[in-house]
Amino acid sequence: MKSVSKFGLCGLFAILFLAMMLVLPGTDQFGSQVAAQEAASGDVAPAVTYEPAPKLTADDYPKVAGVNGRLAVWVCAQLHLWFAAFVLAVPIFVFIIEAIGIRTRDKRYDDMAYEFIKVSITAYSLTAILGGLLLFSLILFYPHVFTYLSTIFSGSMLYYALLFFAESAALYLYYYGWHWLQGGLRKWVHLTIGLMLNAIGTGLMLLANAWLTFMMSPAGVDPAGVFSGDEWAAIHNFLWNPINIHRFVANIAYGGSIVGAYAAFKFLTATSHQEKAHYDWMGYNANFIAICALLPLPFAGYYLAAEIYAYSQQMGITLMGGIFAWLFIIQAVLIGTLFLSANYYLWCGMGRSTGAKRYTGYMKYIAIVLVGAFLVWFTPHTLVLTNAELKALGGPHHSILGPLGIMPAKNTAVNVMIIFTFLSFLFYRRANKVATVSWEKTGNIIQVALFSAAIVNILFLGIYHGYYTNTVYKVAASIPQVLTTFFVIIISLILDSFIYRGSREIGPLRWGKIPERAQYALFLLAVSFTWLMGLMGYIRSGIRQHWHVVDIMRDASPDAFTPTLGYAANVVSVATIIFFVLVIFVFWIAQVSSSKTLPAGYWKE
Amino acid sequence: MRKFLTVVAFMVITVALFSGYSNYGIPQIEPAPPPVEEKLDLGSMTMDQFVALGGRLFEGKGTCTLCHNSLGRAPMLDQIGANAQERLDDPRYEGAAKDVEGYLIESLVEPSAFVVAGFGKAGSNDTESPMPSTSGGGIALSEPELAAVIAFLQDNGGLEITVEIPTDIGSETEEPDAAGSGEPRPAMTSFQELSDEFACEACHTIGEEAGDLGPNLSTIGASRDRDYIRRALLAPNADLAEGFDPDMMPADLGEQLYAGELELMVDYLSKLK
Repeated sequence: MKSVSKFGLCGLFAILFLAMMLVLPGTDQFGSQVAAQEAASGDVAPAVTYEPAPKLTADDYPKVAGVNGRLAVWVCAQLHLWFAAFVLAVPIFVFIIEAIGIRTRDKRYDDMAYEFIKVSITAYSLTAILGGLLLFSLILFYPHVFTYLSTIFSGSMLYYALLFFAESAALYLYYYGWHWLQGGLRKWVHLTIGLMLNAIGTGLMLLANAWLTFMMSPAGVDPAGVFSGDEWAAIHNFLWNPINIHRFVANIAYGGSIVGAYAAFKFLTATSHQEKAHYDWMGYNANFIAICALLPLPFAGYYLAAEIYAYSQQMGITLMGGIFAWLFIIQAVLIGTLFLSANYYLWCGMGRSTGAKRYTGYMKYIAIVLVGAFLVWFTPHTLVLTNAELKALGGPHHSILGPLGIMPAKNTAVNVMIIFTFLSFLFYRRANKVATVSWEKTGNIIQVALFSAAIVNILFLGIYHGYYTNTVYKVAASIPQVLTTFFVIIISLILDSFIYRGSREIGPLRWGKIPERAQYALFLLAVSFTWLMGLMGYIRSGIRQHWHVVDIMRDASPDAFTPTLGYAANVVSVATIIFFVLVIFVFWIAQVSSSKTLPAGYWKE
Repeated sequence: MRKFLTVVAFMVITVALFSGYSNYGIPQIEPAPPPVEEKLDLGSMTMDQFVALGGRLFEGKGTCTLCHNSLGRAPMLDQIGANAQERLDDPRYEGAAKDVEGYLIESLVEPSAFVVAGFGKAGSNDTESPMPSTSGGGIALSEPELAAVIAFLQDNGGLEITVEIPTDIGSETEEPDAAGSGEPRPAMTSFQELSDEFACEACHTIGEEAGDLGPNLSTIGASRDRDYIRRALLAPNADLAEGFDPDMMPADLGEQLYAGELELMVDYLSKLK
């Protein structure tokens, strides 16, 4: 399997490389780039000028075997992105877990990190295969778009292909050298390879992000799409960094959730207590990683949305207040599911400690707050109604619930949700400990005051600025709300670590003692995350509307229209199922690779 | 194997629930298709029709109402008649326009030439407008379209219409019909057809049908002239009848109507006395 995987990858890279060479400017196949007249004096390099973005017609989109080009590209891109997110995220936390293992000299961390990376190695092959499929489908169905983009990004596409080789080398060295590079200096060398792997992986992501954000906020071209020749300007376009940040955080949360699903499945099928304990611990860590990244994710999302709005007010309004407004109601359902399942898993996990009984009474209140905040986020503002319903309601907004539909209410809800999820985590953290410091009571009072003040402040900012000031303050109030949330999380963690410094453990944590239903919370987390990413991919691409490159290169294909949410949901659902079929294959392969069959009497003794 | 199948079933059901909710739990809005080329005979257009075309562009292709609405994202334009001269006289004004028509053209084509106080991009100290040029980029109004929008703005703002209908251009880009098919729908020929299509009587009292969410239109022609009625159809929030809230009437009605249909509605309503 390993050799097949390596062989497949090398072959694929070679094909990718050749494909890129075929479409890169400067070759015979490329016709839009025009070499300008050479300068009169021989010592001046010939200037290169570029043609405007082509104005396409429906005939410029090849029809291949009756396949819908947009659908093919959409599904390939989405599958590639899911796997890419996974294989980029796993090495990040594998690196961190390995470093923790080095620091604590606890081999369990090293074993867990190895198991994580083992899962991602097959996924890496699939990522490359799906990337190849995406490239071919783009060249097949959107040749002019790809040609135009490769004119501008010829340099970065070449570096991308080279980085792929470097990424593969680092990954294979990191994985296959795991047991070889153990102990002392060798371990540090291994960790350094892990760091390089992450640096290269992040570089790959940044390059790919540049291409897609260029399509949203083009730079380095004039209004007709004529490339200035400055590729860095095109890469460093307005939305590049907001997408980079959002994807980086989201990938970690996503990677955590997929590995959590792996651990959950292994837990359910474990046959020994020892095995159950191992995969329970692994599932807990994966969920912890997912939650840690999930907490700042809404803020990264708001930052991205704000930057989209800053780049183009029209695009921002299309995103938040136009045809996609209802998508955010679906998003609310998914985010609510993510938070509830992550919390539910934590609450179930408290059964591992007898000391948790002190906190279980609070769980129902946290659940009520989470559901309440979810419902606020879920409440739409303007309703699309039939005439009869419009008459019955007295207008497009509900008189009482309507105000909960606007952003200040949703900002407030998400901040409250995050704070209470953090509270769940804090209770989990304390469950098995008894503080021994003399000022424990004072510390707890400060903690309660801190949380109370933060919640009051968030509510005040949301209600006062959201409903009694103008639009500018309504939006601006979200910043102090976010800062309040971050403040309470950071200060509370610091305070808690002091309160529980030198604390006494009530008893050993009983890993493996968690109900099976808790594992389904991990599956729910993985499925919801995957589906949510697919949905947000639709909106990110959809806000370009009928443009390949916004305002520069128009989509003239028969599929230039924006599909309905229902259609998009169906595409995302089918892609999600395909993705999980492949993920199950990856998990199975990871399991098979460590199985051995001893065929009695088969080999000569 | 049983556990494996249980997990698979759980995941498939979860996906099905998300998909089902997206299909049946929320309204399915058919986004408008991309603009298509449509032949318009500008040469035989009356000024009323040209103004109506401007209104449709204002609401539709121009995407002006995304920001120029009661939410305060951009200045309201119903008072542009009174405001335009003030802005030309503003000491901050450094543009090239000499009259109101010139100011309107400049604002459409080069929005940052003068930014109304409080409406500039954040941090620009009102020197840079968030509005894109409507003659380029994604909006790309042609010269006749720009003229139609200006005619609409002048009419809507109570100004004398100074632009002329271009006659040397035979085709125009316009939004397709609201049905979203990309094919123009057949024009409707009676007020009743239009009222049924756009559900006017769900909110307004017109004849026997009695809606009470909007003003009673049974005798609208006795108190309002044709210009007022046209404006009310194209920009419902421009002049609100007393006691009624803004945003109740669809702001994109004008976008969905053909010029002839708009005039048909204006004719019909102005005769209700």
